[in-house]
This record gives sequence, C-alpha cells and structure tokens, in this order.
Amino acid sequence: MNNLAPFPLLSLIIWLPTLGALLVLFFQDEERIKTVALTTALADFAVSLFLLAWWVNDGSMQFQEMVAWVPNLGINYHLGVDGISLFLVLLTTLLGPIVVLFSWRNVKDHLKTFMFLLLVQQTGMLGVFLALDLVVFFIFWEFTLIPMYFLIGRWGGKNRVYAAVKFFLYTMAGSALMLVVILILGWQGGSFDWMQLQGLKMPLSLQTWAFLAFALAFAIKIPLFPFHTWLPDAHVQAPTAGSVILAGVLLKMGSYGFMRFNLPLFPESTQLYAPLLAFLAMVGIIYGALVALVQKDVKSLVAYSSIAHLGFVMLGVASLTKQGLSGAVLQGVNHGLATGALFLMVGMIYDRRHTRLFSEYGGLWKQIPVWSAFFIIVVLASVGLPGLNGFVGEFTILVGTFQANPWWAAVATLGVILAAWYLLTAVRKMIFGPLDEEKNGSLLDLNAREIAVLVPLVLLFFFIGLYPNFFLDKINPAVDVLLQTVQSSPPPF
Amino acid sequence: MNVSDIIRLLSPELILLITGFVVIGVDLARRREDEGRTAAAVAVVGLILAALAAIFLYFSSPNQIVFYTMAIDLYGLFFKVAAFIGVALVIIASVNYMAGRSKFLGEFYALLVFAALAISVLVSATNLILIYIGIEFLSITSYILTGFLRGNERSEEAAIKYFLYGASAGAILLFGMSLLFGLTGTTDLAAVGKALEAGGDMHWLGLVALVLVLAGLGYKASLVPFHQWAPDTYDGAPTPISAFLSTASKAAGFAIVGRVFLVAFSDFHPEWTQVLAAIAVLTMFLGNLTALKQKSVKRMLAYSSIGQAGYILLGLVAVSNDPTFGGVNGLMIYLFGYIFTNVGAFLLLLPIEKKSGGSTDMEQFDGLATRAPGLALLMSLFLISLAGIPPTAGFIGKFYVFASVINQRMIVLGALAAVNTVIAAFYYLNVIRHMYFAESAVEGGVTVGRGLMTVLAINAIMVLAIGIFAQFFMTWVNSSLALVTASGF
Repeated sequence: MNNLAPFPLLSLIIWLPTLGALLVLFFQDEERIKTVALTTALADFAVSLFLLAWWVNDGSMQFQEMVAWVPNLGINYHLGVDGISLFLVLLTTLLGPIVVLFSWRNVKDHLKTFMFLLLVQQTGMLGVFLALDLVVFFIFWEFTLIPMYFLIGRWGGKNRVYAAVKFFLYTMAGSALMLVVILILGWQGGSFDWMQLQGLKMPLSLQTWAFLAFALAFAIKIPLFPFHTWLPDAHVQAPTAGSVILAGVLLKMGSYGFMRFNLPLFPESTQLYAPLLAFLAMVGIIYGALVALVQKDVKSLVAYSSIAHLGFVMLGVASLTKQGLSGAVLQGVNHGLATGALFLMVGMIYDRRHTRLFSEYGGLWKQIPVWSAFFIIVVLASVGLPGLNGFVGEFTILVGTFQANPWWAAVATLGVILAAWYLLTAVRKMIFGPLDEEKNGSLLDLNAREIAVLVPLVLLFFFIGLYPNFFLDKINPAVDVLLQTVQSSPPPF
Repeated sequence: MNVSDIIRLLSPELILLITGFVVIGVDLARRREDEGRTAAAVAVVGLILAALAAIFLYFSSPNQIVFYTMAIDLYGLFFKVAAFIGVALVIIASVNYMAGRSKFLGEFYALLVFAALAISVLVSATNLILIYIGIEFLSITSYILTGFLRGNERSEEAAIKYFLYGASAGAILLFGMSLLFGLTGTTDLAAVGKALEAGGDMHWLGLVALVLVLAGLGYKASLVPFHQWAPDTYDGAPTPISAFLSTASKAAGFAIVGRVFLVAFSDFHPEWTQVLAAIAVLTMFLGNLTALKQKSVKRMLAYSSIGQAGYILLGLVAVSNDPTFGGVNGLMIYLFGYIFTNVGAFLLLLPIEKKSGGSTDMEQFDGLATRAPGLALLMSLFLISLAGIPPTAGFIGKFYVFASVINQRMIVLGALAAVNTVIAAFYYLNVIRHMYFAESAVEGGVTVGRGLMTVLAINAIMVLAIGIFAQFFMTWVNSSLALVTASGF
C-alpha cells in the first residue's frame, strides 16, 4: 500500500473523542465532566489541523493507515483522507467543541451521559469520513445511529421518542440493503477495500442494483426527496446540540457517501441515473423552500431549509462536472457551518423564551442587538450573499450545473431566490417590527460563552467567502481524480 | 482402540455422567441446608471439567469414531464446548431463581447436566439409531425441565405442548429413518450417503426421507413450520430453561441437522438448498413479524429466537467449498455468539420477574435506565447484538451468514434476510425505548444476585469480544469444520 502514514494521525483523530468519553465516565463533578469533554473536543480539533499542515495537494489518498483486522475475511482497518473528506473531517472536529460549549448550561439532566454520547458520536462520524474499507465504513455508519438515537430520545422536545425511533428505523432500513451490496462487492471483487474495488467490472444489471441500494442508504441520510420525512421530526425534536450535529455533519454523510462510493464504484450506473438524482434534488430544492416558507416555527423553518440546501449539494454531485462536485464538497461544509449556526441561535433564543413560534417574536433588534446582528450574518451566509461562504458554494455549483444542463441551473436559481425569501422573512418576523410581546422586553442578550460559540463560525463564513481558493485548491485535485474514474467508464447507452 | 483410548475420547460424556449422579447424591445429603447451592456448584464444576476435557481433546485433533457410532471430531467438539458453557451459565443464574420455587433442586441441576450429556452425544452421533436416542434423551430431560414449576399452569401447559409435539416429531423422525434404512440397508450416516449417491431410481424416495428427517430434527431448531410448540414453551417454561432451550438445545438441533445433511444427504444438495431456503425465509418472517406485536418481553424473545433460527439456517442453505464463506462456519460463529447473547437476554428477565411477581410486560421495563442503569445497559447490549448492529457478536454472525448466501449468488435471499433485520430492529429497539425513554410506573431499584450478575457480565464480555476480536474466534471456527467422514463438501 502506497502513502502509508508514518504516524497514525487519522486513528488519533477518530479515537481521541472516545478516549475522552471514557474519561468522562470517571468523574462525578459536573464542572470536571464539562472540562474534560471540552478539552478532548478541542484537542481533537487541534490534532485534525495537522492534516492541513502536512497536506499534499495532489488529489491522492493521504495519511493512510492499514492494519489487518479480520484477515480471514479480508477486512482491513484501512483509513485515508483526500480532498473530498478533508473539510468534512475538519467540520466535524470543529463542531465538536462548539456543541460541547453550547451545552454548557442548558443540559442539566444526566450531563455525564450526554457528554459521553456527544463524544462517542464524534468517533462514529469521523470514522465514516475516514474509512476506506467498506465493512469498516459500514460499522461506523451503523454506529452513528446509536448515540444520536439516545440524544434525540432522551434530551429532545415533546415528540422526541417518536422522532428518535423514526430516525433510527429510516436509516436502518436504508443501510440493511447497503450491507447486502457490500457483501456482493466483496464477492465480485474479492476485497472490501475501496481502492481495490474501483474499476471492478460487474454485469450492468448487478451494478444497477448495487448503485440503487447504496443510493437508497445515502438518499435517506441526505435526505433526498421523497425520503426526507424523518428529517423534520428528528431536527425539530432533537436537543440543540443534536440538531447541530445532525444538520452539520450527519446529513453530509449521505452526500459524501455518493461521492466516495456511488460515483467511483458504479460509474456506468452513475452516469445513467445522474438525471434522476438531479431531478430528485431539484424537487427537494423547490419543495423544501416552499414548505419552509409557510412554517410558523423557526426551528422547523431551519429544518426544511436543510432539505433545500442539501438538494443543492446533490444537484452539484449529479452534474458530474468539476465545478459541480467541488461546489458540492464546499457547499456541504458551508451548510454545516451556516445551518449549525442557525440551530445554535434558535437554541439560544429558545432557552430564554421557551418558544420558537414567529408570532411570539418581533422587534428583537431593540432588545437583544448582539443576537440579532449574529442572526442576520448567519442568515445572509445561508442565503448566499457574495463575500460570505454560501455564495461561493452555490455559485460554483450553479456553474457546474449549467455546463451539465442549463435548465437544471435555472431551477436551482429559482431555489436561491426562494431561499432568500423565506430566510429574510424569518429575519423580518424575528428582528424587525415593533417589540410588542411583553415577555420579550426582559430578554437578555448573548453572554460571553455564547458569543465564543458563534465567533469561530462567523469568522469561517468570511474566510471561505473571501478566500475560497484556500479550500477549492485542496478539493479540486481530488475531484479531478474522481471525475477521471467516472469518465473512464463510458455510459452504457 | 483400547479401553484407555475410549475413556479419553469419551471423557466429556463420562465426566457429565458421573457429575449427574454426584449432583443427585450431594443433594440427598444437603437438601435442607442450602437450597441446592452445593448441587449447583457441583454441576457447574462438572460442566467446566467436561468443557476442559473437550478442549483438551480438541487440541489433540482426534477425528476418530468410537463404537462405530460417535464421531469425536472438531465439529462435534466445537458444539460441545459451546453447549457446556451455555448450560453452566444457565445453572449459575438459576440458583436464586429456583430456590423458592421448587423442592427438587438436586433433580433440576442433575437434569440440566444430563441434558448437556444428551447434547454431547447428539452432536457427535453418526448413526441414525444414536441420533434418535440422543434426540429423545434431550427431549425427555427438556420436557421435565420445562414443566418443573409444578402447580404453575403455564409451566405445565408448556411442558405438555412440548411433549406432544416432541413425541409426534420423534415418530416422524423415526419413520424417515426407517425409509432411509429400507433404501440403503444401513444406519451409518456415511454409508447412507454413499448408498444414496449410488442408487439412481430411489432418488425421490430419498427426498421423502429427507423431508421427514428434517421435520423430525427441525423442531429442535424451531424451524417454521415445525415451530408451533416454541412460543408457548419458551414463554411458559422457567426462564432459565427458556434460555437453555432457545440456545444450547437449539444449537444441538442445528449441529445434527448439519451433520445429517452434509454427510448422509450430500447427494441431495441442490434439493435441500431450495427446501431449506424456503424454510429459512418462512422462519425469519414468521418469527420477526409475530414478535412485533408482543406485549411481553419474554414472549417477544421467544418469537425473536424463532426469527434468529431463520438467519442461522441460512448458513446451511449456503453451504459450499469456499474456504472463507463456507456457510457452515457462518452458522457456527452465529450460534456461538447467539448462545451468549440470547442467554444474556433471557436471564436478564429474572430480576424483572422477581420485582414484578412474574410479569415481563413491556411496562415492567419502563424507566429501567434510571432504576437500574447497569441492567438497562446490559439489556441494550444484548438487544443490539440480536439486532445485528456492530460492534457485537450478532453483527459478525449475520455478516458471515449473509456473505455466504451472497457468495452462492442467492442475492434475493440475502436481500430478504436484510429486510428482516430491519423488521427485527423495530421490536428490539422498542424495549430500549421503554427502558430509556418511558416514565417508570414501577418504583424502586431492581436487585440482582451476585451469581446472576457474574453470568450477565460474562455474556456481555463475550458478546463484545466476539464482535471485536472476530479474527480469533473465526480462526477457531474455521479449524473446527472438519467432519470426520469425508463428505461432498
């Protein structure tokens, strides 16, 4: 195996949170628990920055690790990172300390278990992004269900149990067939290794089924219309930290899965079904936006906006162009940052007023200007204002989509307009107008901890928006490699 | 073969035989004083010695046939070790449970030791007569154990159902065997296999015999449609006995079905693949769909263990020469993990029953996470393993069995099995939901005795160890594949 890392950096990134989670179990004092959790999450983020420091910009799989795990079966603990997964890993390690810090005061019930689950969840998600063996990938993929199930079901809103069960079963249903296909690939290719399975020649009918089974698992996760019905329940009912992780990272596991597995492993089927994916993505963009428009609850609005935004990401993937795919990677990160921030801000206001209905708010600018200013910036980033991150991602996707099919780009542009409409309406309803609810007159503005939670995200909005090449330079070579793999197999028809 | 060789090769059986009688004797002497504790301790020591003897034999790789009827081979020894461990765990967990419930504690433990002996004979048997004797021996001990709670109607009903069904199954088995003897003129499995291979025009009659033998043996493994006794028996039997019947006894059923089919019916491989595939699909769907609507956790586990039998059978459906996914090795690793998982899940009902006075309804699990966090965590682990979610033994077993099926190009069958794991996840998850998310209607913690806690801890450690160190256990399973008689596989 080439490119083996001299030092198991990726393993350290994956398992450090678990180590912290186990440490947490030994403490009783709440302050200590929080400190340990935050320290581990920050340390993990710091360690993950070494990926950037030692990055080589050639589109290859880097920092690879390979240890035989079950040699009888040819299952290897094989890890690696390339331009497609790099920023998703960094996004995950960044959101880790942010959600720990956010939960500092608002989680009172079973804090120890909560922190344990948050940290273990980190391990699962990082494993998904870094695993290059299909079985190891599947194990991490399934494992991410368990902590999130408990996070939603235990610390969520009124309807939390229903939401948790629905979340679990939807994903489980999607991934059961994926396991069958992984076994089929192992049988056909004689290996579960992602690198060796590329270029595997399968009969087209088998490849089609394999593609569809993987696509189902990932489409449910993204979620692509019409597999989205679990998302509003899960996102709205989850505790804020859970919503941030769900929207910020878990959904990206779906779009990442498409890029990492569907495209290079089933190139013919990908080219055959790309228009279908694009169609579903467009339906999601318009549908998500229209439903978001009529929401009375700000958290539901953010949840439905995720369907629309992820539709955008998938449209970029389905365009099968360089710009489309690069934009999809970047926009995945952007959505994680912006929607994560939106959920955090909604959580902050909810903790103060215990309602999320638009009708209860209005005129907040006069009472809590700092929150309002942050909210406006986050919304503008999400809308795609030039100079902020959302613009770069959406623009790149639109360029790529236009090359594939101008009509797709037209529909997507309509989605951008709708996004501006519902998000700015939210700003109007929350922040402007008269401050006529009496209870809002006594609202307290953000404290230092809450500002500390938001500042890194906002700085990144500007950094990505003003200096996108720092990111695109690292994404592009990997996308080139990926596209070569896809295009080296001509479409069957 | 001289006497000392025979004693060495049959040492596990001899140890169990002596242990059984010693247990009764000890109990006669000390019955009043300690509520069967000494008897149980003697039984456990005997089982451990027998397991050690089997392991010792395993390393000397004997592959010999004793008395022309018992194959001391690695395949049989594997199942012996697994079953002895399972029975020992059940006995340790029974001590507190049985103490107040029965006067005949010595007999209870002695019968469990004899049941282990029956399993030990059965999994080695290579002769139709001995197979029949083994099955009947195991059945009779099981009937008594099932009905052991005298005066408890459900326990008695369970025993009667099991007895009536077992008696009919025994008759069918015997009829099938008589056909085989008529066709081939021998009762030796390997000779039967050779004769069936040679004789052309009696093929269809051989098929009839195959179906009859499957019906007679399949009931031990609770395969649909030979399962009707299982839900009521698992539900009504004393809970430790439910754990025994659904694991060690079931494993013995699979072991002997495997041996008979691989050795005697190897010529019928194309036919029985289809028959067993249909049975596996029926078993999975019936078990899992019926488990969905159960209100009692014990009854849910009863149906779940029928569903599990369907997955296990897939290993036999997909049997092949493949060194990695040969099918039988999948069946064996699945069963080995399943013994620890299912024994754990059933035994976890004991403290719940004690607290509630016998009920294992879902409501009794409400809020268990706050009342007894350790128990809730263990139960979740066992349920996650039953659902086949990594990193547990259940995942490794399912992975192996499914992979074997797919390597035999039975993709639809693999997909149906995968669909079943989703159905099953629903009801396993439901218990976790009750434990963690529901408000408790019952007050106060749940107490667990030291013996039971040890057993549950051993089960939990094994469930995780098989999941994580799969390589170690698979190496062992793969080297246990040797059937003493050369068969077509």
